[in-house]
Amino acid sequence: MPQKGYVEISVEVCKGCNLCVIHCPTECLALNTSDTNSYGLHYAYLVDEDKCIACQNCAVICPDAAITVYKKVA
Amino acid sequence: MAEIKLMKGNEALAEAAIRAGLQGYFGYPITPQSEVIEYLAVQEPKHDYVLIQAESELAAVNMLYGSSGAGARVMTTTSSPGFTLMQEGISYLACTELPCVLVNVVRGGPGLGTIQASQGDYFQAVKGGGHGDYHIIVLGPNSVQEMVDHIFLAFELADKYCNPVMLLADGAIGQMMEKVTLPEPIPYKPNKPWATTGKTPDRKRNILTSLFIESEEMEKRNLRLQEKFKKITQNEIQYEEYQTDDAEIIVVAFGLCSRISKRAVDIGRESGIKMGLFRPITLWPFPLKQLEEIASRKNVKFFISIEMNAGQMVEDVKLAVCGKKPVHFFGRLGGIVPTPDETFNAIKSKI
Amino acid sequence: MKKGYELIYKRPKTLLSKRMHYCPGCFHSTVHKMLMEVVEEMDIQEKTIGVCPVGCSVFAYDYLDVDMQEAAHGRAAAVATGIKRMLPDRIVFSYQGDGDLAAIGTAETIHACNRGENFTFIFINNGIYGMTGGQMAPTTLEGQKTTTSPYGRKPDTAGMPIKMAEIVSLFERVAYVERVSCNTPANARKTKRAIRKAFEFQMQGLGTTFIEVASNCPSGWKCTPEESLNWLKEHVFPYFPLGVFKEPAKEKV
Repeated sequence: MPQKGYVEISVEVCKGCNLCVIHCPTECLALNTSDTNSYGLHYAYLVDEDKCIACQNCAVICPDAAITVYKKVA
Repeated sequence: MAEIKLMKGNEALAEAAIRAGLQGYFGYPITPQSEVIEYLAVQEPKHDYVLIQAESELAAVNMLYGSSGAGARVMTTTSSPGFTLMQEGISYLACTELPCVLVNVVRGGPGLGTIQASQGDYFQAVKGGGHGDYHIIVLGPNSVQEMVDHIFLAFELADKYCNPVMLLADGAIGQMMEKVTLPEPIPYKPNKPWATTGKTPDRKRNILTSLFIESEEMEKRNLRLQEKFKKITQNEIQYEEYQTDDAEIIVVAFGLCSRISKRAVDIGRESGIKMGLFRPITLWPFPLKQLEEIASRKNVKFFISIEMNAGQMVEDVKLAVCGKKPVHFFGRLGGIVPTPDETFNAIKSKI
Repeated sequence: MKKGYELIYKRPKTLLSKRMHYCPGCFHSTVHKMLMEVVEEMDIQEKTIGVCPVGCSVFAYDYLDVDMQEAAHGRAAAVATGIKRMLPDRIVFSYQGDGDLAAIGTAETIHACNRGENFTFIFINNGIYGMTGGQMAPTTLEGQKTTTSPYGRKPDTAGMPIKMAEIVSLFERVAYVERVSCNTPANARKTKRAIRKAFEFQMQGLGTTFIEVASNCPSGWKCTPEESLNWLKEHVFPYFPLGVFKEPAKEKV
């Protein structure tokens, strides 16, 4: 049974590089292509929280340290 | 206890640096000043300074940058071609405001030149040999004793103003042996809260940089430097006068040439010519006002600058005299040291 | 934080909150983060002193909450030498790009390694001069197009890309050399482990430690961050293989 988690992504810190999205094993992240942050950049967001397994891959690969990861306490 | 010894200029300056609390020396051997690093290498086990024979003068001056930034009392020595290589680092040291002592035991140039004594690096030393608006304090020792005294003064001024300070010596002073009084060693306790020694919780991180990408910030740093240079000019000018009170001819000379010129003045006085010697000790800041004052005296007929180059300090003398009196020049090039007699004859020929 | 959840990963405190100026997807930022995670985890902020280069990471000190010195282009190894020799109990690193470490500063790099200076090189090799607008680097691949090799790097006139990790591993007093990357979460974790190992070896006084990061430059390579990862896999890693090139003997560790 995989663990359960969720992530918070700082909208303003995110530069929309998409590296978290392509490295998410459960495809729970996406770029918000209909909105931008104050820098005019699309930002990544948690599109399907149920799928998040708190693997931290997104946070580790994120160049800008924009992602915080939480895990459900067993 | 002070000690009296017969020493070579280069060795005396090395011993003086140890006694002034040297913590780091970085250099690359080059004639005619290699005795400095050799002396320090022999003495190293008795002291706790760091000594590195760097791969180049470029590396040496940047080791100086790092160690000065880490809060240490540091020095490098070199000769002309090596000093040219160091210019990059000196510009950075000046902008970052890092204290350090540089010694150029000048040899004849340009290019690879010769290994004999010269004053051909005057412009490079006093006008700022690297890029950008900056000055380093330049002292012009004229004896082995002053190699010692100026090292102490240089370390003191470097710390006082957070600025590089250099000794502009020459191959003859570096190589000659003279009696020298070595002062007692002084304990050195640095007080440099700006140094990068590791960020402790009680302070913000220390950043040492010469990069200010915003023009406003860069101008601010420049204005701060200029303010400092003004203060140095107000407070630190040193010069020496000999027989100038009633002199009609003012001989201006620094370093080794000042000793030759002093003898030429004596020869002149013996033959009834009223000559006097003005010797700038700080070459930057240059004693402009003092020379200007002398130029205003009615009895002064002309100035003559004696140098071991094609005429460099003479430009500063002209700036000081500002057209009030004629300014002449006599010099020898290529590592040739003028004799007192030929110097006297050169002065006499201008009458 | 939601009820019933615990925090398991967050930005290290030692990485300042200022927004980094690097382009989207640039590994400079990733390595900055990893470096500061190591400093936080090892609790060595008070003992760490860094040296920044000239290049894209010239402003690294804006983000890293440790004492830093900015070096002239290529001279970071000499500056780090000066710091470390004066303060031997501190952890000193130089952070340099390929132009800095492998072109203008080659002599300083080689001789610091030869002396076994006890600091850590963090070498970002992205095969291009990013800051000045994408010119050829000493590490630009054969045939790779840059603004100064518009028809591709020609070995006949520009030589082959310099393999720094391989070169410095030849020096006796170099203790640890590893080439890493940040193209996948697994490799990014390896980068962090390598930095930590290097700092630990440095604290043991084992000699020079050298981490080369096979890095990217989406802007300079004129591709998306995702495409830059493919370029790394297809072109960079075959020439610049990842892995450990030198490690201290086990009994020493």
